[in-house]
Amino acid sequence: MLYREVGQYKSNYAADMAVFPILQDRIGIAVILVIAYVVFPLIGNDFLLNTILIPFLIFSLAAIGLNLLTGYTGLLSLGTGAFMGVGAYACLKLTTIFPHVNILIWILASGFFSSAIGVLFGLPSLRIKGFYLAVATLAAQFFLEWCFIRIPWLYNYSVSGAIEVPLRTFMGIPMTGPTATSLTRYLAVLTIVVAMTWVASNIVHGRIGRMWMSVRDMDLAAELIGIRLFRTKLLAFAVSSFYCGVAGAMMVFLWYGGAEAEVFAIDQSFLILFMVIIGGLGTLIGSFFGSALIYILPIALRLIPANFGIPIRPAAAEQLTFVIVGALIIVFLVVEPNGLARLWQIGKQKLRVWPFPY
Amino acid sequence: MHILYLIFVDPFVQMVHAPDLLMQTLWDGLVGGVLYALIALGFVLIFKASGVFNFAQGIMVVFAALTLVGLHEHGVPAFVALGLTILVMLVLAFGVERLMLRPLVNQSEIILFMATFGLTYFLIGFGQLVFGGNPKVMIADDLYLPSGAIEWKGHFGFVSLQKIDIAAVVIASIMVAVLAVFFQRTRIGRALRAVADSHQAALSVGISLEQIWVIVWFAAGVVALTTGIMWGARSEVSFSLQIIALKALPVLILGGFTSIPGAIVGGLIIGIGEKLGEFYWGPLLGGGIENWLAYVIALGFLIFRPQGLFGEKIIERI
Repeated sequence: MLYREVGQYKSNYAADMAVFPILQDRIGIAVILVIAYVVFPLIGNDFLLNTILIPFLIFSLAAIGLNLLTGYTGLLSLGTGAFMGVGAYACLKLTTIFPHVNILIWILASGFFSSAIGVLFGLPSLRIKGFYLAVATLAAQFFLEWCFIRIPWLYNYSVSGAIEVPLRTFMGIPMTGPTATSLTRYLAVLTIVVAMTWVASNIVHGRIGRMWMSVRDMDLAAELIGIRLFRTKLLAFAVSSFYCGVAGAMMVFLWYGGAEAEVFAIDQSFLILFMVIIGGLGTLIGSFFGSALIYILPIALRLIPANFGIPIRPAAAEQLTFVIVGALIIVFLVVEPNGLARLWQIGKQKLRVWPFPY
Repeated sequence: MHILYLIFVDPFVQMVHAPDLLMQTLWDGLVGGVLYALIALGFVLIFKASGVFNFAQGIMVVFAALTLVGLHEHGVPAFVALGLTILVMLVLAFGVERLMLRPLVNQSEIILFMATFGLTYFLIGFGQLVFGGNPKVMIADDLYLPSGAIEWKGHFGFVSLQKIDIAAVVIASIMVAVLAVFFQRTRIGRALRAVADSHQAALSVGISLEQIWVIVWFAAGVVALTTGIMWGARSEVSFSLQIIALKALPVLILGGFTSIPGAIVGGLIIGIGEKLGEFYWGPLLGGGIENWLAYVIALGFLIFRPQGLFGEKIIERI
């Protein structure tokens, strides 16, 4: 009854091609943005901001990055964790060498380094396809992880071998480092994620997105209609790694405040792949859904027994979480192999005809 | 110039000067390679018959070994425990077919791949919940596996061979032979090959896909158990084995996803290449290159042969 496009006429092409053609969708987005920018900062405590919202947004961005590559271009990658690492280490080096430049600029710029590495490891993608490519990206994952540990220059020769995030200010307010409040970090993360999601949405709805999708659906046919496969695939690697790199830099600088190379291990790559698949391949909103489910589910599972006063050993709770998450992944795939985004679409379709059945 | 010397000349000089070290390294690589090949074998069995890229093969190795050791700890005699573990793998195969493969039939490869990820998580949690997360010692003595080492003296020096390693190589060879006979000579084996060739054609001549999948997953489970026993006896039974199992992926790439001989040859190439690289070229880069060398070797091969050494030629049609 409420969600209906009746009477919303489009009189030019621009309106027809808009990302949110329905008025209710635009209102919904506005409401979400208001909640994110106004309500959460007002009511949010440290736990909500630091433990849930910041990581959720960062993982969403990484999932969007992987989704551009795997969901839109059909190139399966297991090296996401390492590409995130490249972003984080690049950001550390940049801000060490040029400490006076705004840290937010460096966080975005570090994406370009990640892009370059991504393109390098994407080079074999023209010849190698499917699972073979996935294993090829594992080479990137393990090689880069080894670099993070073995090249002391990357972590500024710190004794612990970890990234130590220095204090950086933005207009006098501490942005990174131990004194930065979770509120400023949250707002920075939110702004970057919103802006980059908007850019991603424009990319995938435009010519480049169409090219990627045609390569995904059948690369030979795409080549025949005049798409240069090599360029298109490398572009996908570049953009995807850029997103992952920025996510990695934000993860260390605006969330953890310091990290070892283990953070970018293979588990991280798998986690983000989960988010993409569970959320829905080839949808941006699915990346958010997947990130919410995969990241927040274990936290919720850990909180539930404590809240109900059920005595359970922490180790056992951890193991139960594994069992439940594993089972849920299978259940979700069985129920809706196209991911949460498809459920969302079905829900919207139902809402459109509600309360009448036709 | 010096760095070129270190890369291209010095390692070979070392090899010629100390042939016993070279032999030792080769042997270590061979044994490691056999174990990689066994894990890869489990992958290939399942991939051939159902097209599922089974990421859970690594954790199945750990799970099988854990079940065996765990049962023995609860007072079950070793060989009874072995029988029970095989039964557990059969139950697992049935469960996987019923709850995972059947509802997901006809889904795209990546969805099935992800489902095996879910299985991996499930088995990690379940195994830890039931048997505890601490590393365990494999019950090698109770299974009458040999221990200790023999010194083998050639005309170039001593090479020390662990008896368990020899046993691993022998048992692996026997298992591959049995599998080969099973595939080539039995009714079920023929059905398996038919399914591997074409699902639809196999269905049309009356082969039950469900039954074949259970058999294949069970066979992979038995292979996993064997691998687990061998690997567990060499070090210990712990969940870190699962990461080592990722090494089976470059092996698969080298051999091709659908070729059993490929899995074996690939395993040996990766095992030996990795050990030689680590021992002779590793120090140049500060060590630890074992972790990624296998993948880079595989990547190098892949650029020239995208379908692996023994894989079927990939033909694409529009």
